[in-house]
Amino acid sequence: MNDTDGVRSDDAPAGTAKSDAADKVGAGLPEQAGDSATVQTVTINKPRQELYSYFRDFSNLPAFMDNVERIEVKDRQLSHWVVKAPAGATVEWDARVTEDRDGELIAWTSEAGADVPNSGRVEFRDASGGRGTVVSATILYDPPAGVVGKLVAKIFQREPAIQARRDLRRFKQLMETGEIATNAMNPAQAREKEQG
Amino acid sequence: MRALTWHGKHDVRVDTVPDPEIVNPRDAIIKITSTAICGSDLHLYDGYIPTMKAGDILGHEFMGEVVETGPKSTLQKGQRVVVPFTIACGQCFHCGKQQFSACDNSNPADNMDIAQELYGQPFAGLFGYSHMTGGYAGGQAEYVRVPFSDVGPIVIPDGLDDDEVLFLSDILPTGWMGAENADIEPGDTVAVWGCGPVGLFAVQSAFLMGAERVIAIDHFPHRLELAKKFGAETINFEESKTYEALMAMTGGIGPDACIDCVGLEAHGLFGDNIIDQIKVSTFLGTDRIHAIRQAILACRKGGRVSMPAVYGGFVDKFPLGAFMEKGLTLKTGQTHVQRYLPGLLNAIAEKKIDTTFLISHRMPLERAADGYKMFHDQQNEATKIVLKPGMVEA
Ligand SMILES: NC(=O)c1ccc[n+]([C@@H]2O[C@H](COP(=O)([O-])OP(=O)(O)OC[C@H]3O[C@@H](n4cnc5c(N)ncnc54)[C@H](O)[C@@H]3O)[C@@H](O)[C@H]2O)c1
Ligand SMILES: [Zn+2]
Ligand SMILES: [Zn+2]
Repeated sequence: MNDTDGVRSDDAPAGTAKSDAADKVGAGLPEQAGDSATVQTVTINKPRQELYSYFRDFSNLPAFMDNVERIEVKDRQLSHWVVKAPAGATVEWDARVTEDRDGELIAWTSEAGADVPNSGRVEFRDASGGRGTVVSATILYDPPAGVVGKLVAKIFQREPAIQARRDLRRFKQLMETGEIATNAMNPAQAREKEQG
Repeated sequence: MRALTWHGKHDVRVDTVPDPEIVNPRDAIIKITSTAICGSDLHLYDGYIPTMKAGDILGHEFMGEVVETGPKSTLQKGQRVVVPFTIACGQCFHCGKQQFSACDNSNPADNMDIAQELYGQPFAGLFGYSHMTGGYAGGQAEYVRVPFSDVGPIVIPDGLDDDEVLFLSDILPTGWMGAENADIEPGDTVAVWGCGPVGLFAVQSAFLMGAERVIAIDHFPHRLELAKKFGAETINFEESKTYEALMAMTGGIGPDACIDCVGLEAHGLFGDNIIDQIKVSTFLGTDRIHAIRQAILACRKGGRVSMPAVYGGFVDKFPLGAFMEKGLTLKTGQTHVQRYLPGLLNAIAEKKIDTTFLISHRMPLERAADGYKMFHDQQNEATKIVLKPGMVEA
């Protein structure tokens, strides 16, 4: 399935490997930052190109990535990410696109000096059975050390997989239904939940 | 507004809470005119369903008048609607297959984690039914926010009373799907465990689908009598041995199809049930599954078992061997309510299905806590309790 993952005896994505998942994922990335891996996948009932285009405009991402406060798009390759951390703090990094195939794939890496080094790729593939598009996000991230690290870890180390999984679910909801499901009773409560 | 809120086991109260407002474009706000207490609510009341939070507004069987609409709602102010308890987006793969209770998009992303871990995949959001199924405020209240209001609610034509159509929200389609999942063939004998609202609608539906005989099982004489009124033969499991009676009544063959309308709180002093109760109370198991166990043993070889009844977690002593050796089929699931609404609304209008027989009590929303206690403690007489927010008691 995955041409860039090196010699393996099955077709399972590298991010699901029982050992050395990060190395195996890294081997498939143009540039690698981060040494823990997660892979999350969702099928979205929309054409590949439409999903890719929405995702490729990074200023759209905070709409469904609840922990991303804002993304400043500098040019087609470079962007600056400001991400919520516990206790009202934020963590920041510059990200650079390392590979970009129209309608298929976006890979990125954080630049030197990132609060949380990370890299990865998002792939868009036609789903079998005409079910739309399989979107998979493979993410490498560095669990940071130290006191700030612990705060950061709370969102990135302990639950990076969960964050990514929730983001993909919200991406799917937004693309398929035009809105993101919420149990909020009123708009104020909805904003509170988002800022959670 | 006033709303029935959950505070813990056997502790529900009518409190004043903020009114709901439009949040998403496809939302509508409904002013509730009638709302019922369900057997599923009793599982919450008895503390069997995890992920409840104090203050949660209960209620998933409700109807009322549209009072506000978001820009993408297709409803109009003033329309009377019944709202399905399953929330569905109408646009995902599952909604496309009319598997509305499996909707991918109606459960908020954060709430899906628990079901993903526990069940492998998350399922649809439900009104008033714990945070695992979305944490949505329910309809035992004066108002409710209805997401995806362009897909779920069915508009009720003038001339049909609330009491006639309210049960479209859950128990009527649930009884119907329970019978449909039994793949009934002409000449079949169908056994129904439990003569609560779901069981009684399953009895009616089974006959409409061509069953020749229906055998209904319960221990409340009044509920058995209602089943009898629809043409069922009955077994009172406190007076007769259920398995032996079923064999004797089916010429030793066993029922062709068995429908479990009891669920995880089976009653009765059966050996397995007592052991289940001990396990539940000591956290060694979560569900009391006497009814489904018995259904599998009684069912004829190659027969069909349908399980509309709700189970939540893990079970012990599931007769997997009998299930396999006899080559049975089991179908189940939260009801795909939206799938059945137009057909069942017609059946009600054409008087093919009787719904109002079920209502034993009507009371104001303010007395909802009494209603819960009554539905819980007096199951023989209290067959269905309908709450009406505006009602003045005589
Ligand atoms: N699948 C769904 O979407 C869906 C929807 C609504 C309700 N339900 C479930 O259906 C079940 C029934 O709902 P209800 O509103 O009719 O509840 P209910 O509590 O009013 O009725 C259950 C009946 O089962 C009887 N019973 C108990 N133990 C029995 C036994 N051992 N053998 C035979 N009968 C027994 C009880 O006496 C009672 O009359 C519940 O589990 C409920 O949660 C499922
Ligand atoms: Zn119900
Ligand atoms: Zn859906």
